[in-house]
Amino acid sequence: MMEINKYVAPNSFDEVYNLLQDNKLNKIIGGGAWLKISMKKADTLIGLENLNLDYIKEENEFFEIGAMTPLRKIELNKDIRTLFSGFFNEAISKIMGVTVRNIATIGGSIMGKFAFSDLLPVLVVLDVRLKFYKIGELSFYEFLQMAKIPNDILLSIKVSKGNGLGYFHKVSKTHLDFAILNLAVVRTDRFKIAVGSRPRITKLLVNTNNFLNSQAVINDDVLLQAIEIALEEADLGDNLKASKEYREVLLKSYLKRALKQVIR
Amino acid sequence: MKINIIINEQRKEILIKDNEYLIDVLRRNNYLSVRRGCDNTSCGVCTVLLNDKPVPSCSVLAIRCNNQRITTVEGIADEAEKLAKYFGEEGADQCGFCNPSMALTVYSLKLENPNASDDEIKEYLVGNLCRCTGYVAQHLAIKRYLGDKL
Amino acid sequence: MKVVNNRINSIDGLGVMKGRKAFTDDFFEKESLIIKVLRSPHPFAKIVSIKKDKAEELDGIEMILTHHDFKRIPFTRAGQGYPEPSPHDKFVLDEYVRYIGDEVLAVVGSDEETCLKALDLIEVEYEVLEPVLDFESAKDNKIIIHPEPEIHQMFEIGFDPKKNLAASYHMHIGDVSKSLDESDYVIRETFFTQAQAHAMLEPHTVNARMDYQNRLMIYSSTQTPFHVRRIISQALEIPLAKIRIIKPRVGGGFGGKQAIHGEMLVAYVTFKTQKPCKLTFTRKEVFESSYSRHPMRIDIALGASKDGLLKAIDCKILSDTGAYGEHALTVFMVAGSKVLPLYNKVDSVRFYGDVVYTNHTPAGAFRGYGAIQGNFALESAIDILCEKMHVDPIAFRQKNMIKETETSPIFAIMGEGTEGTAMSMDTCKLEECVERGMKLIGWNEMYPKKEAGDRIRSVGMAIAMQGSGIPYIDMGSATIKLNDDGFYNLMVGATEIGQGSDTVLTQIAAEELMTDVDKVVVYSSDTDLTPFDVGAYASSTTYVSGNAVKKAASELKQMMIEEAAKILEVSNKEINFDGKLFSSGDKLISLIDFSNRLTYSEDQKQLQVTSSYVGHKSPPPFMAGFVEISIDKETYEITIENYVSVVDCGTTINPMLAKGQVDGAIVQGLGMAMFEDVKYSKNGKLISNDFLNYKIPTRLDILKLTTEFVDSYEQSGPFGAKSVGEIGIDTPPAALANAVFNALGVRIKDLPITPEKIMREMRSKQ
Repeated sequence: MMEINKYVAPNSFDEVYNLLQDNKLNKIIGGGAWLKISMKKADTLIGLENLNLDYIKEENEFFEIGAMTPLRKIELNKDIRTLFSGFFNEAISKIMGVTVRNIATIGGSIMGKFAFSDLLPVLVVLDVRLKFYKIGELSFYEFLQMAKIPNDILLSIKVSKGNGLGYFHKVSKTHLDFAILNLAVVRTDRFKIAVGSRPRITKLLVNTNNFLNSQAVINDDVLLQAIEIALEEADLGDNLKASKEYREVLLKSYLKRALKQVIR
Repeated sequence: MKINIIINEQRKEILIKDNEYLIDVLRRNNYLSVRRGCDNTSCGVCTVLLNDKPVPSCSVLAIRCNNQRITTVEGIADEAEKLAKYFGEEGADQCGFCNPSMALTVYSLKLENPNASDDEIKEYLVGNLCRCTGYVAQHLAIKRYLGDKL
Repeated sequence: MKVVNNRINSIDGLGVMKGRKAFTDDFFEKESLIIKVLRSPHPFAKIVSIKKDKAEELDGIEMILTHHDFKRIPFTRAGQGYPEPSPHDKFVLDEYVRYIGDEVLAVVGSDEETCLKALDLIEVEYEVLEPVLDFESAKDNKIIIHPEPEIHQMFEIGFDPKKNLAASYHMHIGDVSKSLDESDYVIRETFFTQAQAHAMLEPHTVNARMDYQNRLMIYSSTQTPFHVRRIISQALEIPLAKIRIIKPRVGGGFGGKQAIHGEMLVAYVTFKTQKPCKLTFTRKEVFESSYSRHPMRIDIALGASKDGLLKAIDCKILSDTGAYGEHALTVFMVAGSKVLPLYNKVDSVRFYGDVVYTNHTPAGAFRGYGAIQGNFALESAIDILCEKMHVDPIAFRQKNMIKETETSPIFAIMGEGTEGTAMSMDTCKLEECVERGMKLIGWNEMYPKKEAGDRIRSVGMAIAMQGSGIPYIDMGSATIKLNDDGFYNLMVGATEIGQGSDTVLTQIAAEELMTDVDKVVVYSSDTDLTPFDVGAYASSTTYVSGNAVKKAASELKQMMIEEAAKILEVSNKEINFDGKLFSSGDKLISLIDFSNRLTYSEDQKQLQVTSSYVGHKSPPPFMAGFVEISIDKETYEITIENYVSVVDCGTTINPMLAKGQVDGAIVQGLGMAMFEDVKYSKNGKLISNDFLNYKIPTRLDILKLTTEFVDSYEQSGPFGAKSVGEIGIDTPPAALANAVFNALGVRIKDLPITPEKIMREMRSKQ
């Protein structure tokens, strides 16, 4: 069991923010499923349930999703499913089981910055914008580059609408497992490719994207070249689940399938 | 601290500790049908309904259930009996340890997606592991239960 | 038959689904002390000192038990008949710890949080010793895992702890070297099978209290309540008469509860303090500190003649029993005794090898019990041989496999720990199983493979056998009594662990008594109230316990007929009983009236029979397993499209539950074949110690199971039944390995079979 001194659910963001600054051991709890596994001790555990962060709002140019929205709610949202072949919902549906997705929140999934996350590659290719209480807005890509996770309150994420095709694939041993490798691709007028669970955290393949975006025509030769660049850029590695060598086989194969699918 | 929690439509006032999980609070208040299989959401055995949604009670802090509705299998007795009938007829009864959590999850599926396809049923229940049955007889029983529109 | 071999719902499914109190941890006493075990952080160490005074002073701590608190009486934790074929190499607590997770000491306190706090305050000084983590270097290693002078074997099993040997064995028939020399085709291969975790959903748990007769009463999630009672009595020197063990509903066992887990500590604490207590394993403890399957290295040589006859089998096995020797010899022997007789026409056979200690989580009983490991090696080797000979693998099997009325000399030689029992196959429908299976999977259309876009589809198969109880050792018994209102109580020692034995045994009684299942109320596994039974293992329940039930029912029926004859004033022979009515001409009395009269009115007596059964043979169930897979040509990811099982288990007492046994076992076998891997770090720490890391098949992982039973009637079994509990698990690993070979031409010889291993083989092929 976690050792905590107390649990509070403040009514103001200021209260939460101050608690975070006061003590390194004060932590925000999202769904709590991962926290239970990864954290042994906290001083004050802070719940955000009184701050109205569980929502999905549709605006003209974007969707805004509150940080405390459970993953399952997003997964089932019909409007979000219209974006980019529904690959956002597809990716979420691969995370654990329904019961976990009913309590895991998008905020918790983002702030955890999990290397194995099936959600983060999608967020990075969608170039979502994160809104923090004090820091303000950040692109997800910027957030990924940061060495330390900000000691701030994530309020919401903004997902821009657009026209195009999306693709998400997760390779795993059984259907209830962490990814050996996952891959997210979005094609609007530009390509965006991200690889995750490399085993390290998701990476936007900037060079690969730039290469594809610079090509007038995407033929088989171009695809092969793009894959070569991607294999190099993805910087795949070994862990208990798979070797770098096998991950390369996977990336080669699924990137090809992804690109073929979004090119149609 | 004291929380108010509505369990199977009964309002209860229970003294809890801040770090206690829902499963332990339920079990020590004699809801023994809620069982522990792992401790980290990876098996599905501890599933209960929180405001009609299936959640892993081993990982939900009890304090977050203040003024919320919890349903254990005792709260869906008729549905459980119906499912049990189909389990019996399909030979899906083995150790039964996962059955109450299965009944709650399947009931929740019935509410959410009563015409679920084979794949949708399996996807919905993928987090409910079973080590005894090999899943086949369970699946047939669940299909019949969902198809029973009475 | 009206009840047996009919679709009867299980008798307990409804109550369990509705969440009624049923499992062990539903029955602990409210004020139970909690036991938390401090577990070794080292794979091998000697405890030098324990500083526990700070912990003992904590409010709510009852006691802290160390190895100083126990008399040094070695025992085996294995739930087996006495004298056990497993070495007595375990103490309740010892000054050595032999694997990461081993018991160092036990904290007993009022609640879990207090116990955990106490654990943090205890300081243990260890002399860290170099461990033996590679089972291939365990034998004759200078590091000795069990140096204790008191440990011993109960009879000769090859126990030699100075060499790190828990057991060893050798048998041969004929001259295998000569046969191999004379063979036209010889293959020699080495296979590795990994440790597998049972992963039953209910963690091990036990609780105890002193009852009003001042006896120790224990509820335990166990497969062997009678063995547990005996072992506790012997190890703790508590008179057997003072102990009562009750097994409530068990949430899965599969062999993982065929040994002591927490019962020893719980019994000691309650007996000493006179207070109730309980011990529940966390999932981590189930993985790290209970048991797993014996990993094995199997060296096989096969020799065959030009005319397609298998001439010789040479099989050497090295088995890793981990830190303690539970089930060491017997699992090893089953890898031979329940696999090699499949090819009974050979001129010579040799089966030998060692079971070594290592500093890993102890290995123990697990469904299949050696047969799955041996089957993987032999059935893969047969396909390899067929490939070399350019013969069809099914045709080869059909020519060489055992058939009805035949025998194998191996049956007489190899028992479970002792000599075996000669027997002929009164029922063996392997031929029908193979033929029917081929049809169901579409073997001829598919073999060896078919291109399917960016995937390849292929098929593979294996045959298997198991046993039905252990002859001359396993005893089961049953008591049946007649109540007023014409219903019966059936008391059996046999252990329901979810496999349906309560239901099946009820059906057997009901069939024999010609009544309905709801007129037979079963109660099982209470060492005070039910007659003896060895427990749920060795696929013994239907055959051994079932025969006891049938005997008891038959004898009770005879007794009732005698009484009815007295009442109707006719001779026994003139009584006709149809289950509801005793009649003779136009004289009649209903069962209900009869039972009421005997209970209350006239010539009152309680009619009750206890009967026992010990098998004189162990008629094997047989099966043919066929798998259809599709493999991604680029990534080598495998999808199980269909698994066909055709089984000869004699009569299926309950066809639905029998199918459930096969289906469940097939999926466990596929788990071992593809996904499951007990993995240690190079420092001996178990990495796969939760369900996030140890992957068992989910409902999305296997697309289709097709299971059928062939017509078969085993004379010696109850209503023609043999057994069905284990047979299903044996074929998947070899069937899958053979299918992968048929698809891609590469042979994976160590489990699990993974896409990455296939990739490596494909690359070295090029």
